[in-house]
Amino acid sequence: MLLGAAAVLLLVLPFVTDAALGHGWVRILDFALLYVLLALGLNIVVGYAGLLDLGYVAFFAVGAYCYALLASPHFDLHWPLWALLPAGALLAASFGVLLGTPTLGLRGDYLAIVTLGFGEIIRIFLNNLNTPVNITNGPQGVSLIDPLRIGPWSLGQVHHLGGLEIPIVVNIYFLFLVGVLLAIVLSRRLEHSRIGRAWAAIREDEVAAASMGLHTRNLKLLAFAMGASFGGLSGGLFAGFQGFVSPESFTLQESVMILCMVVLGGMGNIAGVVLGAVLLSVLPEALRAAGGLQQDLLGRVWVDPSNLRLLLFGLALVLMMLLRPEGLLPARARQRELHG
Amino acid sequence: MVRGQASFLLEAAGIGKRFGGLRALNGVSLALQPDTITGLIGPNGAGKTTFFNVLTGIYRPDEGTLLFEGQPLPMGQPHEVAARGIARTFQNIRLFANMSVLENVMVGRHVRTRAGVLGALFQTGATRHEEDTILTRARELLDYVGIGTQGERIANTLSYGDQRRLEIARALATDPRLLALDEPAAGMNAAERARLGDLIRRIRTDGTAVLLIEHDVKWVMQLCDRISVLDYGECIAEGTPQAVQNDPKVIEAYLGVGAT
Repeated sequence: MLLGAAAVLLLVLPFVTDAALGHGWVRILDFALLYVLLALGLNIVVGYAGLLDLGYVAFFAVGAYCYALLASPHFDLHWPLWALLPAGALLAASFGVLLGTPTLGLRGDYLAIVTLGFGEIIRIFLNNLNTPVNITNGPQGVSLIDPLRIGPWSLGQVHHLGGLEIPIVVNIYFLFLVGVLLAIVLSRRLEHSRIGRAWAAIREDEVAAASMGLHTRNLKLLAFAMGASFGGLSGGLFAGFQGFVSPESFTLQESVMILCMVVLGGMGNIAGVVLGAVLLSVLPEALRAAGGLQQDLLGRVWVDPSNLRLLLFGLALVLMMLLRPEGLLPARARQRELHG
Repeated sequence: MVRGQASFLLEAAGIGKRFGGLRALNGVSLALQPDTITGLIGPNGAGKTTFFNVLTGIYRPDEGTLLFEGQPLPMGQPHEVAARGIARTFQNIRLFANMSVLENVMVGRHVRTRAGVLGALFQTGATRHEEDTILTRARELLDYVGIGTQGERIANTLSYGDQRRLEIARALATDPRLLALDEPAAGMNAAERARLGDLIRRIRTDGTAVLLIEHDVKWVMQLCDRISVLDYGECIAEGTPQAVQNDPKVIEAYLGVGAT
């Protein structure tokens, strides 16, 4: 019953939003879904395995560039979607292993610093791999990327279903929604599997876990690779949606933002992570609209919301850490950890 | 089960471990027989826990060899030691504190099961079947150690004695040939000690040898078939409880020179 209501809501949401607020807001929803996907991936690394990763956006970048280079005039390659997305996910997963192999002897803060460095390295490589051989096209980025296309249907154009007009942003919404639902199912299955239990055990007590026969290094690598593959998948979707990628989309700021979504929502708990991602991607945009609202109601913009965004964001995080450090919808285990 | 050519379950020869200038273990040699309960005793700082940590791969020894069932034991690789059939508990209980009692034991089955990521993602028949067997075995083990009704509770909400039992159940879940217990009776009263003794005897009868560290000499002498005594990082005596009790070197180690 509840599930049915949620399904109907998710189905009509983009059409209602489109009718009431316009394409721009559906686009915000699209990005919210993309962030949910990213946050779910990072949740595997941070929430399940307990490894702090500050360079997660690197895997997003790898997936995005994988799509961009294999489906654009840059190399004149035009792979189909069913090959592009798995390729991006796999490539990102192998970068996860590449990052994990030398670093997983490190713990906590030390690991976080190395992952931060890794994120920057990837971005700087993307920025500079235009000489001597032009691979990434440097700071200009890759443009004219093929739009997402499922079989004969390009999601990059308006469709008509009966009398219903389906704008591009709504096409994308449904594709991303499918991705998110899939990610939720897979996350749940992982969490409640032999592997998920092993991750939880490593998070709780690494020495005890190793003594029980868990190969901690390989299991952590697996967490990195799984999380990275979600990131790679989102990257591919992002590239196909935007039609353009450049290194400046993949800054440390993005990594921190995704981590905030996971922490704010409640790491380790899927519902919490989804909530965190939706809140942190939609609220800033809503705040932006507050400027226009002031103009209409008060005749002038008294407080420019774009100046306040970061302040409010920081304030929200400080309050969270003081009042509810386990997140809005915490996992059982986290809540116990912090509140005995 | 074939146990190689060795008549000993475990043979440690010349195990040495230094921490900076401190020689925590100074050439420890001892041998454990299968199907016995062996007590490892000695004054504080004698190196008992250090020996446990070397045995279970948490420390890598500076010298010496370990043979388990006639084969060299991997050094410094705790997960491989567990796979070979040595499971342990810890002096300061180290449960997965925020996981359920049942989940703690289920983690112990990890090393004897094999479902991977793909099995989990696609929920294959084999994976679901294996998950069922893990659950069944974990429930059996909780019953076995006597906390079968506590499965859904969170591990760190159990009473102290039950946490010790859970640690034993988790270790048994790895199907060990040797169970190493680091001060399993610490902090228990006489009645709890007696019940724990019964459990340990049952584990031996069911085919798992037990090596345990304990300070309560009286309890150890009653429980164990064999005793090894460590002092200043060396094994100074080994034998039946009666023999060890009357060994002048042991009396000297515990009570000081001239006590005899």
